[in-house]
Amino acid sequence: MKILNEMKLEFLSRSANEALARSAASQFAAQLDPTLEELGDIKTSVSEAVTNAVVHAYPDSLGIIRLQARVLEGGILEITVRDKGVGIEDIDQARTPLYTTGGEERSGMGFTIMESFMDRLRVRSAAGRGTTVVMRKRVMPRLLR
Amino acid sequence: MRVNWELRGSRLFLYLGGELDHHAAHQALVEISGALDEHMPLHCVLDLSGLTFMDSSGIAVVLGTYRRLKSYGGELTVAKVPNHAAKVLTMAGVDRIVPIGAVVPSS
Repeated sequence: MKILNEMKLEFLSRSANEALARSAASQFAAQLDPTLEELGDIKTSVSEAVTNAVVHAYPDSLGIIRLQARVLEGGILEITVRDKGVGIEDIDQARTPLYTTGGEERSGMGFTIMESFMDRLRVRSAAGRGTTVVMRKRVMPRLLR
Repeated sequence: MRVNWELRGSRLFLYLGGELDHHAAHQALVEISGALDEHMPLHCVLDLSGLTFMDSSGIAVVLGTYRRLKSYGGELTVAKVPNHAAKVLTMAGVDRIVPIGAVVPSS
């Protein structure tokens, strides 16, 4: 699919950067003229993906998280969140609602939210090599609403 | 992230404001627990109208508040929930455990 626009952002896996990542993604998505609800869905999904990387990818150190956002033909927003951390051993288990290894302050609903707020979610991971989450959402053109 | 509270009779009103994400959740829970431990209200109203953003971290904060109250017989109501936060809470089925009050437009 043809790429019409793209941005990349790289930051350390500090929790303070969660807000930076979702704001950047939401500012980028604004060019598709999304509704408030669509924008909320995008912000929340980016927040979940980046939080997963902050909490799980680098448990004993800091590492790099890469956020890429693209506008594809047909009004599709594609968001990629990539880390080079420990990886997810069992992706199906991680995607199960309410499953978490994150303790009291996590709910285990991150992947479930990404799945239902976006149109498509793909997760690739390899132990010791990191995780890549790719999400797509079609933003409806105003005239069709 | 801001947490303010106000005691009205036996009811404790907790007001959350700003962005509730993973970065803010720990401090929010610490402040909420502090207010609950100090007053041990029989009824607590968690007012979310000041939230400009909430992700799944909000689920953990609501359920954490609920569990703390329940441990001594207190009750929790969630009130004035912005649209988007309501979507996150109902997706997780939180509304089946804790009464969710009126939904207000997201700011």
